[in-house]
Amino acid sequence: MKCRKCGGAAVLELRRHNAAFCEPDFLEFFRNQVREAIRKYRMLAPGERVLVAVSGGKDSLALWDVLIDEGYQTTGLYLDLGIFDYSVESKARCEAFAARRAAPLIVSRVADAIGAPVPVIKNVTRRPPCSGCGLSKRYLMNRAALEHGFPVVATGHNLDDEAATLFGSVMHWQTDALPRQSPALASTHPKLVRRVKPLYRLSERETAAFAFLRRIDYIVEECPFAKGATSIQHKQILDRMEDASPGAKHNFLFGFLEKAQPAFARAEPVALNECARCGQVTTGTLCAFCKLADQVKRAT
Amino acid sequence: MKVVLRNPRREVDVAGGRRVRDVLKDLDILPETVLVIRGDTLITADQVVSDGETIELRPVMSGGRA
Ligand code: SF4
Ligand SMILES: [Zn+2]
Ligand SMILES: [Zn+2]
Repeated sequence: MKCRKCGGAAVLELRRHNAAFCEPDFLEFFRNQVREAIRKYRMLAPGERVLVAVSGGKDSLALWDVLIDEGYQTTGLYLDLGIFDYSVESKARCEAFAARRAAPLIVSRVADAIGAPVPVIKNVTRRPPCSGCGLSKRYLMNRAALEHGFPVVATGHNLDDEAATLFGSVMHWQTDALPRQSPALASTHPKLVRRVKPLYRLSERETAAFAFLRRIDYIVEECPFAKGATSIQHKQILDRMEDASPGAKHNFLFGFLEKAQPAFARAEPVALNECARCGQVTTGTLCAFCKLADQVKRAT
Repeated sequence: MKVVLRNPRREVDVAGGRRVRDVLKDLDILPETVLVIRGDTLITADQVVSDGETIELRPVMSGGRA
């Protein structure tokens, strides 16, 4: 196969784009997609301070790599979930990357904030581990950004992640989740920082290829709790559709963002309060994170 | 040829002298779900891998939620 740009030997075929690229032209294609995402949704101002949430996986480290090279003032945020060897190894990958790129990294332990690591939270709540884990991550990202004075958090969500989330929301017609599914979420309260997903135009195969070709040492092993997660099942279904019809995921997600999402946008904004205990933003009196911390305290 | 699979890491031997595409079909792996690594670079599905060679098929899927 030949590179679409230069005619040299291709390293990667992108069926949905009906193209193949050599290494340098693929890296440029990738960076262009990130630039286009940032431009289209006005995600970041030139040179802005950005907190990049990193997990040690391919997506978040690829994102950090691109944002550094694009000239943003980045700091990594690693949330130590306390998930056995997986957390130990993923943290080491983030530290090694930060050292190699001479970029600052903040490490924050979920257990310090909530009283127990993710596996214990899972047992206490008797809910799927990803539910307590996801809630803690969103809360701690925002809190860390506020504490360290960052106006925006960037996460490594890719096209496959976004398509799978959309698929899950649509399967259950979670109409309150649909307006919030966006590559960029504006700040709707002084204590909520912006959230952006600059990789939403790139598939996870593309982010994996980018990380590999950039010689980024990322963790290939999965979180042990990922197995059987519904989002993974949805990804597998979408992979079959993509195989039968290249571009299916792209059309599903981009069609939603362009045509359907505005129809679900709320007319009335929800009232936001500050949590009576921690001061973070919530729709109730006590935020979900503080409630979870109470539950953990009672059980341990 | 030797094929390295991941999660967990293991190796299988399959007949070489074939295109990557045919090897993937044999192993029932969708081409879009893996990177095909040979040495320090990636190869496309139309490449032929000969008997003495090793390739790694690295899954690209990640994550549970958020
Ligand atoms: S798979 Fe679930 S438990 Fe594991 S890190 Fe992701 S959200 Fe957390
Ligand atoms: Zn080229
Ligand atoms: Zn609170």
